[in-house]
Amino acid sequence: MSEPLLSIENLSVRLPSGADRSHALNDVSLTLSAGEILCVVGESGSGKSMLASTVMRLLPPGVTASSGRVLMGGTDLLTLSEPEMRRVRGARIGMIFQEPMTALNPLLRAGDQVGEMFAIHTDLDKAAIREKVLALFREVRLPDPEAALRAYPHELSGGQRQRVMIAMALALEPAVLIADEPTTALDVTTQARILALIEDIQKRRGMAVLFITHDFGVVAEIADRVAVMQHGLLVEEGPAEAVLNRPQAEYTKALIAAVPPLTPAERRPQGADAAPILRIENVSKTYRSGGLFATKRVTHAVKDVTLSLPQGTTLGVVGESGSGKSTLARCIIRLLDTDEGSIQLGDTDLAALSRSEMRREARRIQMVFQDPYASLNPRRRAGELVAQGPMVHGMGRAEALAKARDLFALVGLDPAAIDRFPHEFSGGQRQRIGLARALALEPEVLVADEPVSALDVSVQAQVLRLLDDLRDRLGLSMVFITHDLRVAAQICDRIAVMKDGVVVEEGITAEVFLAPKHDYTRALLAAVPGRDWSAKAAERARQPGRMATASPA
Amino acid sequence: MTILSLALRRLAASLPTLVIILAGLFLLLQLAPGDTVDALMAQMGGGDPALAEELRRFYGLDISALAQLGRYLLRLVQFDLGQSAIYGKPVAQVIAERLPVTLLLMGSSLSLAFAAGTALGILAARQLDRWPDTLISTLGLIFYATPSFWFGLMGIVLFSITLGWLPSGGFEEVGAGLTGLDRALDIAWHLVLPTVTLALIFLATYLRIMRASMLEVMSLDFVRTARAKGLAETGVVVRHALRNAMLPMVTLIGLQAGTMLGGSVVVESVFALPGLGRLAYESVVQRDLNTLLGIVFVSALLVIVINFLVDLLYGQLDPRIGAGR
Repeated sequence: MSEPLLSIENLSVRLPSGADRSHALNDVSLTLSAGEILCVVGESGSGKSMLASTVMRLLPPGVTASSGRVLMGGTDLLTLSEPEMRRVRGARIGMIFQEPMTALNPLLRAGDQVGEMFAIHTDLDKAAIREKVLALFREVRLPDPEAALRAYPHELSGGQRQRVMIAMALALEPAVLIADEPTTALDVTTQARILALIEDIQKRRGMAVLFITHDFGVVAEIADRVAVMQHGLLVEEGPAEAVLNRPQAEYTKALIAAVPPLTPAERRPQGADAAPILRIENVSKTYRSGGLFATKRVTHAVKDVTLSLPQGTTLGVVGESGSGKSTLARCIIRLLDTDEGSIQLGDTDLAALSRSEMRREARRIQMVFQDPYASLNPRRRAGELVAQGPMVHGMGRAEALAKARDLFALVGLDPAAIDRFPHEFSGGQRQRIGLARALALEPEVLVADEPVSALDVSVQAQVLRLLDDLRDRLGLSMVFITHDLRVAAQICDRIAVMKDGVVVEEGITAEVFLAPKHDYTRALLAAVPGRDWSAKAAERARQPGRMATASPA
Repeated sequence: MTILSLALRRLAASLPTLVIILAGLFLLLQLAPGDTVDALMAQMGGGDPALAEELRRFYGLDISALAQLGRYLLRLVQFDLGQSAIYGKPVAQVIAERLPVTLLLMGSSLSLAFAAGTALGILAARQLDRWPDTLISTLGLIFYATPSFWFGLMGIVLFSITLGWLPSGGFEEVGAGLTGLDRALDIAWHLVLPTVTLALIFLATYLRIMRASMLEVMSLDFVRTARAKGLAETGVVVRHALRNAMLPMVTLIGLQAGTMLGGSVVVESVFALPGLGRLAYESVVQRDLNTLLGIVFVSALLVIVINFLVDLLYGQLDPRIGAGR
């Protein structure tokens, strides 16, 4: 292997006193050579983003590198003065961030923001900069480079914005590119294209890429070498093939085992013949914007959707952002009124009920929301949040709180924790509270809108198992909205694929995954990162008596 | 074209507001004891009831309040604000004479408050929790908590009486016969104290908003992007943070336009400036209904126009707004 471009030696980063641990990074050593992609993997709080910030010397105030060196071309970046460091940033190390939505200045044109790189580091005049930026936009394959120059960030899609970010990072042909979760906020098909783009440019320019991610699928897709981090420590490091297929550290094994395989789990043969409990028939929902004087705009969020949910099964609704899947979920529980169609729950048409009638029926169909941080009122105690539903429907306070206690036990929380506030729980625990809240009314149907997408992979596995388990024990029927095909494969009996408000394909999970009929379904499946690796991993897991199924983290 | 149609739309949307304000004020003033004629008679040192009757008929005050209101609104749609009973001139003319003074005072105060608030806000945010931040925030609070008339009076005591640097009141040197640049400088000299007095109150609000907004923007992702480009701290603040942080400030201008008109009543009275605020005060005292309604009408129009301009400016500053239209 060639001389490393960037070498991190015994790096420790101290957190300000009062943080949950004393060091964000503890004695981390890594090297990065020209022409390779090093993936740093870890769950939230592992220190992987701190590593990137330390190399760029962009640590938040109060956080400092306490020992170690970051060597690049013989100089220790940590000892450079601020003006010297500014000449390294952008010019010798480029960086791409996670959220293309917020990482670009909303008030400046994309062309100007990329052009600023040249304005800072070179003496080129305006016309020359424009040419350079245009060439970059062509290189990152923006559909209309000329228009993109003049576009404001909000006029570009998420994928296009990320391309602009990449163009910006590449502008001065840095030797090292740091990518901090660059595809996490993107749809799966967009993610596949951006990953391909990064890999392609990296090969062509022989750049070294430090790629930070939490997603083993992405790692399998692009990594040459992998470093696994946990609580600020480097747990394991080695060639991608070795780490992915023969992990040595227990933590790596657990993490990899928690990645849901893309092959559908074998499900008990029920469902298909059971009577439907929920029938969604020809449901449409349009959004209208504009008022009395403004021009009107109509968006068809859901168009003529017909689905049915057999008693005791899980129906997955998958699709990318803007496909209308969340709107459909909101229509089902009447958070939104449908424009057309009926939603038959048992014998009741929910869509035809008045507001007050719906409030009485609300106990029969409940929802679990996506963001466990935002969906719980931070000023109410966890037990009250759960007991609130039954109390609204006429249960006494003492009885409702006793029930909340039982539900806490049911979803795997300590019943004594009902007196605590939401912020005292972790993300996975909060999602369990959300689940307990939904279950408190003993609903017939549970609508779960991306219930695990905000969670780390090991926690995600636990919550999915809990959902599956509860459905079996309580005889629940579930509508499961997700963008993650791996998750859908594990938990859904049937799957409906949505695109632009329309269901393009619907069927039994195994059939949809193994023999997709619609082009879009095939494109979605092809875009899932690391699908070859997980197929092999699943193969291996099946042979030696099944590998440990994700130990709880 | 789009701007014009937008302006007309906005005006149309604010017409009901205008009518409600005028009708409400009209009826409210009916509740106050006495009318224009009473005030006139009091000035003349009294008179016989027959003369009062005559005057009431002359000013159209002998019919019912509702009929008076109807007559007023009917004249208003013909852009006729009526006659001022006290000044004996058309209300439009009376207001036109006073309006420039108020506009000048408001404009300069607003600019001063905005500029100083922005600068101090940025300084405070950049020096967070260090002594400049504490000093600026404390001063801001003091300015905000102190009544403007007290500031005005203390300013007069210190700068006009003790030090003798600035005039204690008035809009310009009466009878000096100055013209051109000399006159402008004279007016500016006279307006220093009133402008600062009026601006200080609003300065505090701008300062707090700018500080908070700056702190928020500096923590956003694109600021990190700008740093990752290798941009120096000044560049980060000027090119990336400033414009984003200014957005709430611009909104505030629109909100404060009305408050500032109210504040100018006090300041104009303290500094004996012949502006709209003082005119309003005198009209109330003298029950000059037509003039008062005219002032309210013009002020409401002024606030609507300022808010419209603010919206246009906002659209210019933030490309995301224009796209929504």
